Amino acid sequence: MGGHLRGRLVKDLAFKGIVCLFAFLSLLPLFLILYYITKNGIAVIDWDFLFHLPRPIGETGGGVANAIVGTLMLIVLSSVISIPCGITAGIYLSENKEGKLSNTIRLSVIVLQGTPSIVIGIIAYLWIVAPLKTFSALSGGVALSIMMLPVIVKTTEETLKLIPYHLKEASLALGVPYYKTILKVILPSGLSGILTGILLSVARITGETAPLLFTAFGNQFMNINIFKPIDSLPYRIFYYAMSPYPEWHSFAWGASFILVVLTLALNLIARGISAKWKTRF
Amino acid sequence: MPDGTVSNAFRIMDNKARQVPGNTDRSEKRFNLVLALSGAFIVALLAAILVTLFITALPSIKEFGLFFFAGKVWDATTETFGALPFLVGTLFSSFLALFISIPFSLAISIFLGEYFKEGAVSTFLRSAVEVLAGIPSVIYGLWGLFLLMPAVRLVEMKIGVAPHGVGILTSSLILAIMIIPFSASIGREVISLVPGDLKEAAYSLGATRFEVIRNIVIPYARSGIIAGILLALGRAIGETMAVTMLIGNSNFLPTSIFSPANTMASVIANEFAEATGITAASLIYVALVLFFVTMVVNIVGTYVIQKLSIESSKEVS
Amino acid sequence: MFAMFSRAVTFMAVVLALVCFSTPASSSDMELLGAGATFPQPLYSKMFDAYNQQYKVKINYQGIGSGGGINQLVRKTVDFGGTDAFMTAKELETAGAPVLHIPTCLGAVVVTYNLPGNPKLNFTSEAIASIFLGSIKRWNDPKIVSANPDVKLPDMPIVAVHRADGSGTTHIFSEYLTKANKEWKETIGAGKSLKWPAGQIGQKGNPGVAGYVKQTPGAVGYVELLYAIQNKMPYGNVRNRAGKFIEPSLKAVSAAANVKIPDDTNVSLTDTEAAAGYPISGFTWLIFYKEQNYGGKAKGRAEALAKLLSWMVGDGQKYVEPLQYAPLSKEAAAKANQIIRSMTYDGTPLVK
Repeated sequence: MGGHLRGRLVKDLAFKGIVCLFAFLSLLPLFLILYYITKNGIAVIDWDFLFHLPRPIGETGGGVANAIVGTLMLIVLSSVISIPCGITAGIYLSENKEGKLSNTIRLSVIVLQGTPSIVIGIIAYLWIVAPLKTFSALSGGVALSIMMLPVIVKTTEETLKLIPYHLKEASLALGVPYYKTILKVILPSGLSGILTGILLSVARITGETAPLLFTAFGNQFMNINIFKPIDSLPYRIFYYAMSPYPEWHSFAWGASFILVVLTLALNLIARGISAKWKTRF
Repeated sequence: MPDGTVSNAFRIMDNKARQVPGNTDRSEKRFNLVLALSGAFIVALLAAILVTLFITALPSIKEFGLFFFAGKVWDATTETFGALPFLVGTLFSSFLALFISIPFSLAISIFLGEYFKEGAVSTFLRSAVEVLAGIPSVIYGLWGLFLLMPAVRLVEMKIGVAPHGVGILTSSLILAIMIIPFSASIGREVISLVPGDLKEAAYSLGATRFEVIRNIVIPYARSGIIAGILLALGRAIGETMAVTMLIGNSNFLPTSIFSPANTMASVIANEFAEATGITAASLIYVALVLFFVTMVVNIVGTYVIQKLSIESSKEVS
Repeated sequence: MFAMFSRAVTFMAVVLALVCFSTPASSSDMELLGAGATFPQPLYSKMFDAYNQQYKVKINYQGIGSGGGINQLVRKTVDFGGTDAFMTAKELETAGAPVLHIPTCLGAVVVTYNLPGNPKLNFTSEAIASIFLGSIKRWNDPKIVSANPDVKLPDMPIVAVHRADGSGTTHIFSEYLTKANKEWKETIGAGKSLKWPAGQIGQKGNPGVAGYVKQTPGAVGYVELLYAIQNKMPYGNVRNRAGKFIEPSLKAVSAAANVKIPDDTNVSLTDTEAAAGYPISGFTWLIFYKEQNYGGKAKGRAEALAKLLSWMVGDGQKYVEPLQYAPLSKEAAAKANQIIRSMTYDGTPLVK
């Protein structure tokens, strides 16, 4: 009896050990990645790297200033396009929990969220690049905004659903029109959650490359005109990584460092907002 | 006073308020219309995407029909296009990635859902997994190019296979790392939602922790875990950049895990910029197929999770 | 807090609007868009950098392969394309309107490899064909050894790499093999995208192939000469029709170029008869529409393009030799200028 029990206890301990081992083993790649990005990336980052344009192929020196500006521009562009539509659609869904339109919208959001980014890139090419007859930052921004929409809609809906009904009741009881109630009472109280959703979706698209391959196209010069091609950090990383030049490889690590820092910062800020400014009811 | 009556009263008043004639009614109607329109816009967007893909792929659909999926040859010069190599490449690498990642994501789910639900260790692991999920795909590709590829090459040289370094194995490995967070976080949630009284009952009968997890928790959370795995699979299937950098770009059916291959996503990334006529239509046909596969996988996964969260919220009350 | 948020969003939108719409598409800071071959891209990036410093015109050129360059020009999403493969009759027909080619320089496609000790190898056309057909699988195969009696070739598997994208470099390479090797001609033939044998690796662009070969022991690929030189990678001597093993170099490429150039500059230099000529040489072209008024293009933009092209076959040629490409001969440059002079905008010639 004792022996049987010991066997079971051994199995119990062994299982716990295996679970812990595997759980932390899966972090090994993460640490390796972060280690190499930091080690190789920081070595490359200096004033030149951050503020100069790339040099011709094979020449040393230069930087990724155009890519940094490009990424920031694409973020702003896609946010401006997707945020209004996303928030309003999210409000609609939170106010209309049942109904054919609501359910269809919810289904569409699920499907859009799972759509591969390369497919969205093709769509942006067919809808914007081909008709306008030029590659442009605009087409890249549109592609990225399609990817941001589902996240914004979902987080807006979920945030607003959490707001208790009596807040709306009180406002309506005071005679405030319905639309003002939504805009001036409900929305502000859910703002932290919505902001979190926006930041998370921005973090998601910051690192996207596939949709930019045939839309934003890349540009070795600085560009802030949305109707012209634009460079971006993920595109630079891809281009430099697949090249034979060792200096370009270290530039790829440097650009990766900037990108990872940017993405992590966005995630941290998002989490910070949701923790600190969450209105408790 | 019971809450329901008051809420109902206010709900009736609210509806009445919406029916008040005059300026307020019109602006409200307009407001509701705007809301509904932006929601409808999303549906229209999705429909437009489908229609665009279908129309541009039409020449290829008409030419190859359903035999597209059985065609082994993808040749731009003779304009014969068959998507089987990419279907196999996608499924092969995605499922291999899934098998590699399942032990790890399951371990994380159990670790965070059972053993360490709270505390410093839990927060640490949870944040680390979130960081893992947030790293962009192209950076995984970069890392894989310089660290995974030489490692796989060493293995191939030891075994005696051609030391490509790229191929199904390498891309599956990087995919596995990328999809761990997705199945892990969903698994963690469903495991932590297992009702305490079920577990308590088992403990009171003298079961060890391991036995409770194996016989109570996992079976109970099974559908949720599977849903998480499905969503991870959906992510792996649609993944483009890291795969393009590590899969070897060969338009032939892969014959072993060391073969170079192409997935549906990577062949599009490689060939779309230069594709004309029937080649472009065929690539978009591939994109359409990819779209449908990920759509089905995602819908199934999401609905299972939704059903579970409805069920578990019913259980709580 | 809501007020702060909405103010931030409005501010962002206003800034974006100001920034984006204050610089219209056809602004004074002229920017031309080109895409295509990676074969001449090191030269072009140097040329465009110099042109930008001198004339303040930005030329954005992305290396997506010759196939990509031709396709995007046909779709009119770029101002000009770069290709090392002259457009086929079918491609010219798809374009709808007449497309002109001008050569910009000559280059060599070299066979580069990764072997311990970086030995200098001699390759016969038969050896090259067999390697890329997959019929010889190891480096110490007799077909390679026989041409290299002084080199101890290791018993390593050959990892052959080709271009995954539609490539003019592939076209030059395969055209040579089609002319020089019967088996290649019958099985694979020439073109930008080929039906390579199964199990080989594909990489994007000249940089992709060079990068992969550099990292993989036993790998062999074909790239433009400069990529091998810049990365200190070994490349082989190839036996030409005269029977001599020629080292790829600027001189050897120029030697292969002493052929008559037709008016449309469609000429092939592979498998040259010249005794000192490198057999895998080729021109690279820039392609553009003859009639420049399409898609609402402004005249200034067309003029800028014509100016750029004239510069590239004229003053710009001084950048060619330092990068190991061969410059255009006087005859080739003259033909190119003749073609540029035939460019029109609404029927009137752009260049006087």
